[in-house]
Amino acid sequence: MALTREQLAQRVAQELQDGYYVNLGIGIPTLVANYVPEDMDVMLQSENGLLGMGPFPTEDEIDADMINAGKQTVTAIDGASIFSSADSFAMIRGGHVDLTVLGAFEVDVSGNIASWMIPGKLIKGMGGAMDLVAGADNIIVTMTHASKHGESKLLDSCSLPLTGAGCIKKVVTDLAYIEIADGKFWLKERAPGVSVEEIIKLTAGELQVPDHVPEMKF
Amino acid sequence: MAGFNKVVGSYEEAMAGLSDNMTVIAGGFGLCGIPENLINQIKKMGTTGLTVVSNNCGIDGFGLGVLLEDRQIKKMVASYVGENKMFEDQLLSGELEVELTPQGTLAEKMRAGGAGIPAFYTATGYGTPVGEGKEVREFNGRPYILEESVTGDFAIVKAWKADRYGNLVYRHTAQNFNPGAATAGKITVVEVEEIVEPGELEPSQIHTPGIFVDRVILGTFEKRIEQRTVRTA
Repeated sequence: MALTREQLAQRVAQELQDGYYVNLGIGIPTLVANYVPEDMDVMLQSENGLLGMGPFPTEDEIDADMINAGKQTVTAIDGASIFSSADSFAMIRGGHVDLTVLGAFEVDVSGNIASWMIPGKLIKGMGGAMDLVAGADNIIVTMTHASKHGESKLLDSCSLPLTGAGCIKKVVTDLAYIEIADGKFWLKERAPGVSVEEIIKLTAGELQVPDHVPEMKF
Repeated sequence: MAGFNKVVGSYEEAMAGLSDNMTVIAGGFGLCGIPENLINQIKKMGTTGLTVVSNNCGIDGFGLGVLLEDRQIKKMVASYVGENKMFEDQLLSGELEVELTPQGTLAEKMRAGGAGIPAFYTATGYGTPVGEGKEVREFNGRPYILEESVTGDFAIVKAWKADRYGNLVYRHTAQNFNPGAATAGKITVVEVEEIVEPGELEPSQIHTPGIFVDRVILGTFEKRIEQRTVRTA
């Protein structure tokens, strides 16, 4: 069975480490915050200028001056800091964020990512995504393995305009955990109940498959 | 010390000197920390042909979105603009020019512009449409693109508190692009929720020193919320 959005977030959360500063993108990446292990301290960075993002506020706590990068009202945890956009992107571009999780339309075997623009459709802008992928060493892309029409999103070469070039090394899809190295995808894990054949069928870019592909564990 | 008194008494005075075809840098992220009354004053003045540099362009009927109603903006420099229908319409009809700029690059363009640095190299956007036509240079084996900084004829800023010398403190994440914008205006105009006596702001806690600020006006703010998200207590 393909992973649900929650399971995807849960699998990504296994990549967290105690003491990590983490930036979570909009969508599935945001859900990762729900699966931080109890015994682990992780600080969430929101690129509008907040390090130490807390949960949504209660009705009484709502404050128009306290939002996250998705423009949602949020809270700050004890020990949080708030700063300018320039400082926020100094953290991001300067490589100070330990892990970035974001969604994508496509990734390819060269580690390119396309996530912001579909020509011919309304183009809203890249926001902070280009800075995030350029600045982070440790990036996890989460997305469905294929489109609704069954077209692979893991390609030899991205067809859409790029968000960043050669910057992606890890992809968690609803079918598999895949790493990118030496111009190839490397199949590391499969979703429980998903066959290697199915993954091969839905991966357009060159895929290296080891003899044994373990199932993801939850 | 009247020479250092930056406080003005009206929004007309605050935006005096703004004229057609000028560049205006605006603070704010989404609708958070936007100089909403200064924007409304620009709407009232009817100034046109403006180039506006801001992370977003408000929404229909609020924030920078109101400047689209009478087509006052000629060109928008922003990182994300998807929230208004009017923006979309004017973009598709070719009435509005847009320069999409990565958020961190935009922040640095303001910071560097205000700091007298005309351009800088960044890895952001290399190999993407943003990097097309820009100078590329390698440092330590990695390619970077040259991005030019921005300065504005005016910068419009929202802060929490100011003293009459123009020292500013921002509140929570309403800080965002405001400190950067404040440094990058030939004339920097700030609207605030409270004006305090000099000495009341702790000098080491001031976010924007008054040297960057030309005019301060006391305002009242709607502070509209874009995405109201709550948890149950």
